[in-house]
Formats: sequence, C-alpha cells, structure tokens
Amino acid sequence: MVKITINGNTYEAQAGQMLIDVADAAGIEIPRFCYHKKLSVSANCRMCLVDVEKAPKPLPACATPVMDGMVVQTRSEKAQQAQKAVMEFLLINHPLDCPICDQGGECELQDVAMGYGQDSSRFKELKRIVPDKNLGPLISTEMTRCIHCTRCVRFGTEVAGIREMGATGRGENTRIGTYIERAVESELSGNMIDVCPVGALTSKAFRFHGRAWEMQQYPSIAPHDGLGSNIYMHVRRNKVLRVVPRENEAINEVWLSDRDRFSYEALESSERLLHPMIKRNGKWQETNWETALNYAIEGLKNIIATYNADAMGALASPAATLEELYLLQKLVRGLDCSNIDHRLHQIDFSDQNDAPLYPYLGQRIEELEKSDAVLLIGTNLRKEQPLLNHRLRKAALKNTGMINEEISANIMLINPVDYEFNLPIAEKIIAAPSKIVSELASVAKALISLTGKNISDEITDLLADVSTNSIHEAMAKLLNEGEYKTILVGRLASTHPEFSKIRALAAWIGKITEAKLGYLAEAGNSVGASLTGVLPHQGIAGHKVENEGKNAFEMLTKEHALKAYLLLGIEAEIDSYAGSNALSVLEEAKFVVCLNSYKTKQMQQYANVILPISLYPETSGTYVNCEGVWQTSHGVIPPPENVRPAWKVLRILGNLFDLDEFNYDSSQEIQDDIHKKTVNVSLPNNLQDWKMPESINIAISNEGSRELEKIIEMPMYAIDSMVRRATSLQNTQDITQAASLYVSSRQLKDINITSSDGTSLDTQMPIMGDERVPDGCILYYAAQKDGFFSIWNESFKFCSSSYHVE
Amino acid sequence: MATAQDILSASILAEIDKYIAKYPAGRKQSAVMPALTLVQDHNGGWLTTQLMDAIADYLDMPPIAVYEVASFYSMYELKPVGKYKVCVCTNVSCMLCGSDEIVAHLEKRLGIKLGGTTSDNKFTLKEVECLAACGNAPMFQIGRDYHENLTPEKVDQILDGLE
Repeated sequence: MVKITINGNTYEAQAGQMLIDVADAAGIEIPRFCYHKKLSVSANCRMCLVDVEKAPKPLPACATPVMDGMVVQTRSEKAQQAQKAVMEFLLINHPLDCPICDQGGECELQDVAMGYGQDSSRFKELKRIVPDKNLGPLISTEMTRCIHCTRCVRFGTEVAGIREMGATGRGENTRIGTYIERAVESELSGNMIDVCPVGALTSKAFRFHGRAWEMQQYPSIAPHDGLGSNIYMHVRRNKVLRVVPRENEAINEVWLSDRDRFSYEALESSERLLHPMIKRNGKWQETNWETALNYAIEGLKNIIATYNADAMGALASPAATLEELYLLQKLVRGLDCSNIDHRLHQIDFSDQNDAPLYPYLGQRIEELEKSDAVLLIGTNLRKEQPLLNHRLRKAALKNTGMINEEISANIMLINPVDYEFNLPIAEKIIAAPSKIVSELASVAKALISLTGKNISDEITDLLADVSTNSIHEAMAKLLNEGEYKTILVGRLASTHPEFSKIRALAAWIGKITEAKLGYLAEAGNSVGASLTGVLPHQGIAGHKVENEGKNAFEMLTKEHALKAYLLLGIEAEIDSYAGSNALSVLEEAKFVVCLNSYKTKQMQQYANVILPISLYPETSGTYVNCEGVWQTSHGVIPPPENVRPAWKVLRILGNLFDLDEFNYDSSQEIQDDIHKKTVNVSLPNNLQDWKMPESINIAISNEGSRELEKIIEMPMYAIDSMVRRATSLQNTQDITQAASLYVSSRQLKDINITSSDGTSLDTQMPIMGDERVPDGCILYYAAQKDGFFSIWNESFKFCSSSYHVE
Repeated sequence: MATAQDILSASILAEIDKYIAKYPAGRKQSAVMPALTLVQDHNGGWLTTQLMDAIADYLDMPPIAVYEVASFYSMYELKPVGKYKVCVCTNVSCMLCGSDEIVAHLEKRLGIKLGGTTSDNKFTLKEVECLAACGNAPMFQIGRDYHENLTPEKVDQILDGLE
C-alpha cells in the first residue's frame, strides 16, 4: 500500500495502480475519453492530464502509476490549463452538431467540454469531414464526430475478441473503421455504442427516436440467456425506446449481448396479439377476456370429462417468469394432470429422475474467470451465452485481452461443429454427433489410466473397449493439472439423443479431476422452470410426483399425442425439437389454448383460443439465472390494449377451475409462496448423481453409410418468440446464414437430397460447403420462420433417412 | 477464403520467412513492414486489399491490423502509382529551405498536382513528412535514393536522367 495526496486529501492505494483508478474510487472527478475501466490503457486522448508535484509537465492520470508520497492536483491552474488546451484540440475537428446528434444530452464530449473546455474556439480553418461507414444493422455511424479515442477498437480486440475495427491513416487523416466495408459481426457489438464517448457510434434501432432527457430509466432483467443480464430500459410515454446494460460485476459486468440489447424491438411487432381470440365454427374472432376465458375453460373441461385429465398437456417457455411457471404447474397439477414440461429442446429424458434438481452452472459466474482448465462439451458458447464466453475468454487470456499473450487457462472442447471461438483453444475434438459419447468416454478412460483413480468397477468395465489417442491423453493431462477446473455442457449436448450418457461421462470426468460440472441454462428461467416443477416427473423443489407425466418431446410426437394442450409463451412448431411433427400433432388435437404475445399463421391453424399475454417489460416477475440467483424485475411499461400479464391470466384460470389457493393479488404474493416452498432447496451437486449408461457404443461408424447425420443448431437470434421478432437482429449475418444447409465442402458435390420415399425433395434452401462441418453430417438451423417445414417434416427423426449421399 | 499461398508466390513467402526468423518465435507479426514492402515491390509499387489480406493470413494477424500499418506509413501505396514515385518533403526544415519552390517546379514540369500521377504513368508526385535529411534540405526521395540540396535546375537534371 502507498499513500498519495489528491487535492490536499490523503488516500491509500495499491502500488502500481493508475492514478485515475484511485481518484475514481475516491470520487474525485477527472475528465477522460479514451480511458475505460474494462479496457486497456491507451492514453491517447490526453484529457485526463493532472498536475503532479515534481513532474515538469502535466501527466495523464490513466497511465501514471501511483507512487508513495505523490502529490496530485486535479484542478490547479496548471491542470486546468492543460485540460482546456486538450479540449480545444479535441473540438477542432468535431462538428458540434449536437442539436441533431443522438448522443446529445448524454454525451461525454458535451459534458467534459462544458466542465473543462473554453467558451469559444479559436480555430478558423476548415473542419474535416469523414464519410460514414456501414457497420451493419445494429450500429449507426457518424464518423465526423469521432475523436479517435479508440475505445471501440480496443473493445473489439479485448472484449469482443474479433479485431474488426481499427484506426487507419495517420494524423488528421486518421479514420476509425473497418477499412473495407463490412458489418461488425460480434455478438457483443452493441457495447461499442456504449463505450463511444461521442455520437460517432450510435444505435441504429434507436436513431432519431428520442432524446436522453425525455426518457425514464427503469431497471429490469433480460431473459434471453441463462445469465439474466441486468439492464435498464429507457422509456418514453409507455414505450421502450432502448435497452442499455446495468452494471453488475457478478453477472454481466458492464456489458450486454446484442440479443438482450435489441430484443425490445419485438414489443412493437405487427404480429403482436392485442385482444383475446377464439375460433368459433372455424373462424377466428376477437373477443373480450370473459368470453375467451370461459371458452377456454369449457373446452378443457370437456376434454377432461370426455377422456381424463391426462389427456391434456402443458408446455411452457423457459423464458417465462418464475411466477408464471409456478402458477402453470399449480394449475395443471391441480387438475390432476402430470403432463407438463419446459424442456422443449431435449430429446433424451432417460435419466431425468437421477438428474440434478435444475440445470445449474455448478459455480458462480465470476468463478469461471479463475479456471485453469475448461472442457466444453457440445456448445457454440459465443452464440449461446455470449457473456459466459467472455468470462472464459478472460480466463484464457489472463485478463491481458491480447491473443498473443501467454495463455492462462487451457480451454478444450468436444463439439460436433468446428465453431469459431474468440479465445485460444488448447485441444479440440470435432466429431459427428454419434461419436461425441465415445470421444468423451476416451477422455474419461485416458484420465483413469493417467491418475489410476477408479470411480467404480462398473465404469471401468464399461470403458474396457474404449480406445484413446494422443488428443484424449493431452486433454486428460490438462484437466488433471491446475487448481480450478470446469466442465460445461451446452445446448448441442442437451439436445443430443444420448444426453444422459454425456451427462454421466461428464460427471465421471468431473469426479476424477475434481472439476466443477456446469450446465448452460438455455433461457432466463431454465433453472426456475425446473425449480418450480414445470417437469413431468417432479413438482416444486424436486418433490416426487406419483404419476409421472409425458415429457415435452413425447407430448409433441404422434404416438403420444394428447387431446388438449395448454401452451405458455411458445410457438411449439419452431420452439420444440419435435419440429413440424409438433405442428401436425397440435393440428390434430381437439383443443389447444395458447397464452402468447404474438399470433402466427400456424398458431391460428391449431389453436382454439389465443390469450394475449405480456412480454417481459410489461410484467413483474422473477428469473432464476444459471448460477441459481433470483432476480426480480418490475414491469416498466403497461401491457398494450387488452394484453394482460400471464400470471394474472393463469390465476383467473385457476379460479375458474375452482382450484384452491389461487387467490393471489400480486406477483409478489406468488413469489413469496414459491420462496416458502423452495427455501430448503440447496444448490444441486452436479457431480453426484447420474444414470449408469447401459453401454457405450464405440462401434458406430457411418463411413460408407448413405445417411447424413443431422446437427441441429438454434440460431442465436431465433431462440424465443421475442428475439425472432426483433427486426434489427433479424437482419444480421447470423440469421442470414441460418437460411442454408451446410455439409463438409469435400462432400458438397455428392449430396443429393431425397425424401424417405425416394422422391426428390425441394428444400428451398441452398446447400453450402462448410469446413466446420465434419464429413457425413449436415448442419441445419432450427426455428426458421418459413420455408423450413418441408424438410423438417421429412427428416426430423435422427434415425430416419431422408438425406442420402449418392 | 484464399490463403496466403494462393496469392503470394513461394519466393516472396520465402523472403518473408527470412524476416520472420529475425524475431522471437510466436511474434511473426513483427515482420509485417518488410512483408508489405516486399509484396508492394512485386506488385508494381502498390498494395491491394487482397494482398494485404494474404499478408495478414500469413502472419496470423487480423486483416485490419495490416490495413492500419499500410495506411499509416507513407511508403506504402494503396492505389496504383507511376513508375517513379517522387516523395517531396514539405516539413519544417525543407519548407524553410524552399520546398515550396521545388513543389511548384515539379507540378509545373510534370503537369500534375501533389498526389497525382502523369498520364503516361511515369511519375507520381507525393507530399511526405520529414525523411530525416534536414541537414541538406530541401530534398525528395525517388525509389530508394535520397536527392538533397535541391534546386529547380537540379530537379530537372535528376528527372531527365530517369527513363
């Protein structure tokens, strides 16, 4: 510790800390543009010059390490003079077009010029003009306003991990941009809007929509990934105009993924359902709530009377609030029905009774940064959970942010597709889905022979025929070294037809290496949905149910089809991995009640009642994130027209069914109720329980097979109804690329698509060669809006053969 | 995407390798400047985006980092130039010693302005910052040669001597 004096007061600081950090902690204001606490120091704007005793010239506070006994003045004559001079230089080429600039009113340049600049400029020459760049659908540019602080460049290099922006040219001709015209493709690109201290980079979706001072700021929680990023919604006259991050070091730090930032656009979608609708005599009509609710109750009561309660099933979106999920299961179980689920992307449920209570990260989000070795299984982490990926990136790069620096954590992966990562990968195995299990088994076996540890003889027997190669051994070695180890299981593992085996193997590897095992919760409330018992085999807080119901996949397949469905917040035909089979099952059902915020053509084909419910900014509710943290947000705008929060709708449905204990007056009451029932739940131990696989199939070899294995990916911007309707996100590269099918380049010319009956199939989708896809596989994207049903129908079952290599 | 091997000849890559070898392992990007020089010389004095991408690929750098270097230094050209590139210094020392007169003379003789290229693609006239020959200002650089203590007569003599 050292002692320094700033403006006459003494402060303690860590040796080597930068002056600006000490001043910030002490609440002393020093103006700055290029300095950002999460980015490297570049010291190029010179705005933070301060007067340091014994230094001949003012020093930049952001790049001056403190020393014992240092005496600093931030507002002395010398400091002020320096600040004024710098400000004058910075404004020379700035257009001062504040009246038409989106940043006006919340602009660092405005504020600092006001506080530290001169009242007039002496510059009489011509100002330069810089042509704007097209950086894609999310970021709007006005490059004449740029002051070359390079925050966006450093953000790209150090946080987004893709160096797309740069400073080209020299001196007055310096330009910030991509040099060649290209869209910025990072999944975190929106943060460049936040770090830009001027109006050079602004939000395209928000552009010219409002002024900073017209808006109110309300805190909320983003539900589109397992993180539960903290956000602020900026609202004017009951309209959300934009979303910005709310700092929370433990969760999203100061960042926000583009998905969470731009999803608000879907609030105003033209597909928004504004009034309850019922289908009478085959015709849809808008109606009032009373009629619609009675119609729904009558329909469901009829089904229960004609068949029984188990002829009904309920499916919920894992992005719904905890209160909604709880009430849904209370309603369904109150009717003596056990068919309820939220795991729309899962196919293998065989170990659900042994699985942990909820899919939990196994550690705090922050702890990921400590990792020395990480094994990722089946995940395109950057796209699935952008900010968890950022934590791992920090671990991998020792916080230096530079790709070429010494690598700290060894990140390893076993994936069906060679996805692009923005962090160094120590070892990787890219294998067809059918080989993922045996690859994982090989790593387990390599670990057993390396460490001599034996978890059980049964396991040793199971692994007897498994062979290992040098990559498995290298992975085993890296996983066995180091203090803090993590195994993360992602979406491509949880949607795998042998998920239970992957889970068991991951747990064995975790046991041998004493690693944390974590599941990447797909949506904002995947954890909450399991906790509240939106599961066919367990109730709230893991209570066993007597009569195990059907799981999400069964409910939407022909053999197990039900008579009536209650759908909360989902478009089953694209949200479920049962795909278009779900569509035909629902169309054949006798009665379907949809609680949704949107109406679609498909929904109107299969539903009998559609009840308009609030989207997340319009309702209060709780989200339990991937680390098990509860976060509650309040509605920030009222629901439009006749739309109501889903918890209220479910409450009334409960009342109309005459169910007990359904008289909640606020979502807080529901939350208190959930709290009471789950208070004894402790964080699950992911390593403890697994189902012993019957066999580990190592003999699978599809070489010479005429069938292509399917790899189904959920596009980043299609994961839920709301994201699918955010127009800006729908114009990004990620969505464009989802409109094609991909096979390995080597096999491209040999592919001929035929349906199972041998007729040629028109997919309406181009087939492209892709180096990332292993031979014998085809990668395609789920949740396509249109034009996708045809092939989905033909080829959903993993064992069916609709693709042939001729 | 085309790789460096598709775009750059084996002999150029071998030349670049010599420079890479001068730096510690894992620091290949240090060779970016000689690589750009070599590639530019082989391409008639200027760099295309494709060539810069190839260098980026070969040196394991993000393409934008190569664009930054190539656009920063005045010895790299991002547009076609004439056979002889006349780089006239107009920085302080040269200006005080009469570089304005040299520039005016060059512009008149070649019939182009600073930054222009003659219609026969023989000469490009370029204004550059200090080339560290202040002792003998004014000066210009043609190819790898410095020409110092310039006068209009000396300029004519030099240009006449060029094919």
